[in-house]
Amino acid sequence: MSTETTSPAIRKSVVVDAPIERAFSVFTEDIGSWWPPEHHIIEAELAEMVFEPRAGGYVYDRGVDGSECRFARVLAYEPPHRIVFSWDIDLQWKLETDPNKTSEVEVRFVAESPTRTRVELEHRNLERHGEGWPNLRDSVDSPGGWGLTLRRFAERF
Amino acid sequence: MAYQEGLTALADPTRRTIFERVARRPSAVGELARELPVSRPAVSQHLRVLKAARLVTDRSAGSRRIYQLDPEGVGALRDYLDQFWSRALAAYQAAVAEHQEEVS
Repeated sequence: MSTETTSPAIRKSVVVDAPIERAFSVFTEDIGSWWPPEHHIIEAELAEMVFEPRAGGYVYDRGVDGSECRFARVLAYEPPHRIVFSWDIDLQWKLETDPNKTSEVEVRFVAESPTRTRVELEHRNLERHGEGWPNLRDSVDSPGGWGLTLRRFAERF
Repeated sequence: MAYQEGLTALADPTRRTIFERVARRPSAVGELARELPVSRPAVSQHLRVLKAARLVTDRSAGSRRIYQLDPEGVGALRDYLDQFWSRALAAYQAAVAEHQEEVS
């Protein structure tokens, strides 16, 4: 377990059975096919999730009523190797409009073989979300909260 | 309860500002007092409250005390997002596998 405290980050990696180009395209253009469904923050019923394939673009939910909820800014887009996007979501899972209070996610794609790709994710600068921690502790600890949702998910496999 | 203490501690706007400064960069009392329209004793008092709520912690650096985020508070955030990404990446892995079946 990491003991880093000055700039807290989460690092995860997963290996997928696909060439690097496909691993990259599923992560980006098909993000709606895997993003956890209860973690859309748009108020309207979700029509689709869009990952704009360029630095300066956005990742957003589009509602059936045409509304949009941009919850990430694409900071780097380097197919098929790397993307970086901001995390403009606060700790109550609402849109964070102050960029100084947003963290950042970097995803790297590394070909292990022509048909296997390692995906390394780092979610960093978490301290910028600062002031919501007390609420967060509440939601993490609550018996019907996030922990239960996760267990349900794990049971499906 | 730790989170209730934290909520109370951060309800004060000046204290919240001090917390955000410390979150950005570990700081001594004097540095915070210089950057903010608050006296040094007042900054010290706010830091005591934040420390009691386990939002910040302090350490000695020579003759100074440096205040920084309490890892426990940071840990709650990390755990939360850690769970989110575990779940999201598992779903991503499954989605890639489905795509492969479609093309093969």
